[in-house]
Amino acid sequence: MSAARQPLPHESAHLHVAGEATYIDDIPESRGTLHCAIGMSTEAHALIQTLDLDAVRAAPGVVLVITAEDIPGVNDCGPILHDDPILADGEVHYVGQPVFAVIAESREQARAAARLGKISYKPLPALLTPRQAHAAGAYVIDPMSLTRGEPDKALSAAPHSLSGQFDVGGQEQFYLEGQICYIIPKEDDGFHVYSSTQHPTEMQHVVCHALNLSQHQVTVEMRRMGGGFGGKESQSAIFCGIAAVAAAKTGRPVKLRPDRDDDMLITGKRHGFAYDYEVGFDDEGRILAAKIDMIANAGFSADLSGPVATRAICHFDNAYYLENVAINAYCARTNTQSNTAFRGFGGPQGALAIELIIEDIARTLGKDPVDVRAVNYYGKQDRNVTPYGQVVKDNLLHELLPELLDSSDYSARRKAIADFNAGNSVLKKGLAVTPVKFGISFNVKHFNQAGALVHVYTDGSVLVNHGGAEMGQGLNTKVAQVVAHELGISLSRVRASAADTSKVANTSATAASTGSDLNGKAAEDAARQIRVRLAELAAELYDCKAADVVFADDKVTAGSTQIPFSELVATAYTHRVQLWSDGFYKTPGLSWDKDTLTGNPFYYFAYGAAVSEVVLDTLTGEWKLLRADLLHDAGNSINPAIDIGQIEGGYIQGMGWLTTEELCWNDKGLLTTHAPSTYKIPASNDCPPVFNTSLFKGENPADTVLKSKAVGEPPLLLGFSVYFALRDAVANARADNSHALYVAPASCEAMLNAIAK
Amino acid sequence: MPTTTDISFLLNDEPQQVSQLAPTLTLLRYLREHLDLTGTKEGCAEGDCGACTVVVGEKDGDRLALKTLNACIAYLPTLHGKAVYTVEYLRRNGGAHPVQQAMVDCHASQCGFCTPGFVMSLWHHYETRIDQGGTDRAELANALAGNLCRCTGYRPILDAGEQMFKLPPVRFDFAPARKRLDSLPGGSLHYEAGAGRFYAPDSLDELLQLRRQMPDSTLLAGGTDIGLRTTKQFRDTGPLIYTLNVPELHELTVDDDVLRIGAAVSLTDAYKAVCKDYPQLAELRDRFASPPIRNAGTLGGNLANGSPIGDSAPWLIALGAQVVLSNADGDRTIALEDLYTGYMQQSRKDDEILRSVIIPRPVPGLQFHCWKVSKRYDSDISAVCGAFALQLEDGKINKARVAFGGMAATCARAGGCEAALNGKPWNKTTLAAAMTALDSDFSPLSDMRASAAYRQTLARNLLQRFYLLSGSDINPAGEQSLRAFTLPENTL
Repeated sequence: MSAARQPLPHESAHLHVAGEATYIDDIPESRGTLHCAIGMSTEAHALIQTLDLDAVRAAPGVVLVITAEDIPGVNDCGPILHDDPILADGEVHYVGQPVFAVIAESREQARAAARLGKISYKPLPALLTPRQAHAAGAYVIDPMSLTRGEPDKALSAAPHSLSGQFDVGGQEQFYLEGQICYIIPKEDDGFHVYSSTQHPTEMQHVVCHALNLSQHQVTVEMRRMGGGFGGKESQSAIFCGIAAVAAAKTGRPVKLRPDRDDDMLITGKRHGFAYDYEVGFDDEGRILAAKIDMIANAGFSADLSGPVATRAICHFDNAYYLENVAINAYCARTNTQSNTAFRGFGGPQGALAIELIIEDIARTLGKDPVDVRAVNYYGKQDRNVTPYGQVVKDNLLHELLPELLDSSDYSARRKAIADFNAGNSVLKKGLAVTPVKFGISFNVKHFNQAGALVHVYTDGSVLVNHGGAEMGQGLNTKVAQVVAHELGISLSRVRASAADTSKVANTSATAASTGSDLNGKAAEDAARQIRVRLAELAAELYDCKAADVVFADDKVTAGSTQIPFSELVATAYTHRVQLWSDGFYKTPGLSWDKDTLTGNPFYYFAYGAAVSEVVLDTLTGEWKLLRADLLHDAGNSINPAIDIGQIEGGYIQGMGWLTTEELCWNDKGLLTTHAPSTYKIPASNDCPPVFNTSLFKGENPADTVLKSKAVGEPPLLLGFSVYFALRDAVANARADNSHALYVAPASCEAMLNAIAK
Repeated sequence: MPTTTDISFLLNDEPQQVSQLAPTLTLLRYLREHLDLTGTKEGCAEGDCGACTVVVGEKDGDRLALKTLNACIAYLPTLHGKAVYTVEYLRRNGGAHPVQQAMVDCHASQCGFCTPGFVMSLWHHYETRIDQGGTDRAELANALAGNLCRCTGYRPILDAGEQMFKLPPVRFDFAPARKRLDSLPGGSLHYEAGAGRFYAPDSLDELLQLRRQMPDSTLLAGGTDIGLRTTKQFRDTGPLIYTLNVPELHELTVDDDVLRIGAAVSLTDAYKAVCKDYPQLAELRDRFASPPIRNAGTLGGNLANGSPIGDSAPWLIALGAQVVLSNADGDRTIALEDLYTGYMQQSRKDDEILRSVIIPRPVPGLQFHCWKVSKRYDSDISAVCGAFALQLEDGKINKARVAFGGMAATCARAGGCEAALNGKPWNKTTLAAAMTALDSDFSPLSDMRASAAYRQTLARNLLQRFYLLSGSDINPAGEQSLRAFTLPENTL
């Protein structure tokens, strides 16, 4: 039996449950390790007039205090543009921005000392919301625009039209393991960096730039993260940059583990979006024209906002054919944390808008939203070209939706909910179905490459190393399964090792859901080369054709001979056969013109849909998710258990974004929800009592690793169905039954306001 | 009893003796930094995520009473005389414990960082439910309300909680540990390290004397709030006087007309006693912080802390509860609402401690309820907590007591609302007048939990909910259900 396609446990599960999985703060500290803490801006926008750090330097245990001028190299950690200082230099741009760093003998001493800085500021005008910044024309990059067809003409000719505004908040990643970096100076001006990061290579670059080093001087190692969700793609750089300067200046190991509150105050989140839209449609609800301005809250610097906005543009269509469409995207520069990657990376923000529009069209026409969605889905032969010019060849929604509606008993429940609502004035129920189509690949073509190393040792055990970063998503498990499958051995023979820039070089971020697609293929390539060499040897030894040698069940069958895999390996060594190999993969067929925003940016699409039912208390706005039915397309899954974990986890995380997770800034620009006491991610009672999750049966028509599909980000959009079920309940509670909720998250307060509006 | 100067406790059955470490060192830091026991994680350092969950055994007669605890905010000296168990303990027999095996089998870990905390909460649940043959989903979800997971969506973890009871059982014998606790140095603890001082008196007399001698001291009970002064604020606590080793403060008595609950009784135990009389408080109990916080925190601490958003004061004030304040000169008893004089201000004198709470027991004709509203069901601080107690006679309101948290600088009664209710029939007309009166009772603040307007609306609407459940002119069959959280499953 192949190790692939089995619902095997996460490779570290036995370690997780025992507390034996090592995270960076668990690594025994080297002798002389110092600890670092960050002094932060208390102003949203100001010039630093004086920086008095005498009390900080005099505090117990303090070894060194560093400011921007102590950075020997480039004071920047921006992943694309160079507008992201590691430490503020003369001007601060948000409350929480790192201004100085303290290095002390203990973490507590460093944290205590960091509070003693006396900074005087000359306040400057601050922009705190994306609409404010948009009105002021303040952007971190130039606005982007994509038009197809003749939206203005189609809009004026449409039998029906709607227009409106909608605002959705951001979302804190809330990885359970906070940001951390531990740097150990090595001989000959080398540095070994442990960073909880999705992008070891980027951290290598940041350290090199900050210290004026060559890349071969810096090794970044990352065994596992306690969650990333995008928040450790670019933004682990701040901590690596500061720790690197501290380690270089002191010549001692330095660990920087910000407290949770500091982490949340310093680092960026999912971009909140504001939308202005107009849509024209026919009697069936078919969208004839759509125009939308999407204003993303970029925060104070560009970070990844450009690619995030690009993905938002490329997902405004979600599952629907938009013949005439105009999309303008603005990355508004506000005096807040620089917003960054978060699972979905703008895709959810793009798709959420069209789903809201569809819901409104359905209410306007008095139709079930399911029917309005159905007339708008991409066609199979026609109506199948996205606004950015890619042909949708693999649309599964025409099969997937009916299967889900049937398995979830949608029609009967829609009727039962109407009956319930007729008999209750305080409680109102809501129901919604939302689909997802999500494009897989980095929009930047050259990021779509990966490398791997596979070592087969003489005892038949196998070590695989690849450029991807394990953050809980099960990447190492899947890659190990692919290698085991390729060599016909059991998974217990294969071990995955830490991502390490000294093994596989020049890696891409583990992001955009591409981890197993890219690294799995690269590992498969490496394993296949070894298998071919072994097969050639077996063919020679046992007198058969290499193509006829079979690797399965830890055995190798060559002609009439069957021997254990380990025996062939041992023999191969004595025959001087190379038992290790590199592997490489680059995704084929991609193209993207960033000036016209057109091309084929995605290798394929992943699909899914969810049905959610809620009950809302119209006296308080409190609510409960009663039932969820998810059906998702993971292609031919490499590991169904891991994929279901991604689907459910993504769904609940998407629900959190749009319901209980509310980021609040006060009028001074201070994020007031900077800890789990005030920022509420879903908890155990938020898990619905009825929770049915299935994988849609099929395989990826594209030539992906074992015909599987990426599954990291797409399921986050399934959580939309909870928001729209609540929005349905809110409308059901209103006298005129109209939609009135035009903000997200749907906090209890927002829903009561919408009912009363 | 003699005085002890070192901290002694059992850690995974091994004795620990601690001196010279700051008394504000947390158990979590001690485990991770001093013992390299890194299985227990720090996620937030404020008791809100549960990654640091450990299990603590305390003497309870001849047995060891187990409870979950957030190690991140527990000062090390508070473990004196107790048995601490960390995730490393569970594999003491070599193999995986059923809790761990079930977690693996159910694919209940992804990134794994929260996992040891979940394992410990589940293990505690296992130990306390194994004799009953298992658990149900709702009980499990409540048991895990203090553990956050960002990866899984919780379904597989809840599955594991059911699955663990189906595997071959593993029982640990806690009798030896219980015995060993008796051999640890007892008596009053006077711990000093550097500038830090920690006193754990073992009698009320000593507590009151210490408090009088050290007016700059901080009284420490469960430490679920004071712990954050160290982990988040770097404030000097001054000498700490720990109240939970004082037997007199643990007294819990049920008289004919009142419940007396000592200030050191944990929230878990206090609510257990109160919910026997007032089962309508069960939802508030389950939503009050989280199990480990309720295990550490005390009813007395919740009241003496004096937060305007504490969840016990509103219903206690509505029921007409009193508190007993003690100093070395004696006791005095005051109405709870008279304790609070302003934002974090109290009528309690510097040398007084809150000794106990006196709670009237239910009487015929009493209509009573209390609800909190917060963004999240589990482990969230109230935007508003409203409590309503009406003494009805022949359909008329004899005496109305209405109290709110989150509406003012202290938990407070709604005088205008009460006036609008007193002497009136409990009907729709009275409700309308009382709701209007509420608008002038309070001028709440806007913050990240709720706007002032929403708080005002909630105050009115909670009163309306109370009316819908208890009004004299309400037809109980009119509504199928009033509560989203308790919607019967057959309406799905």
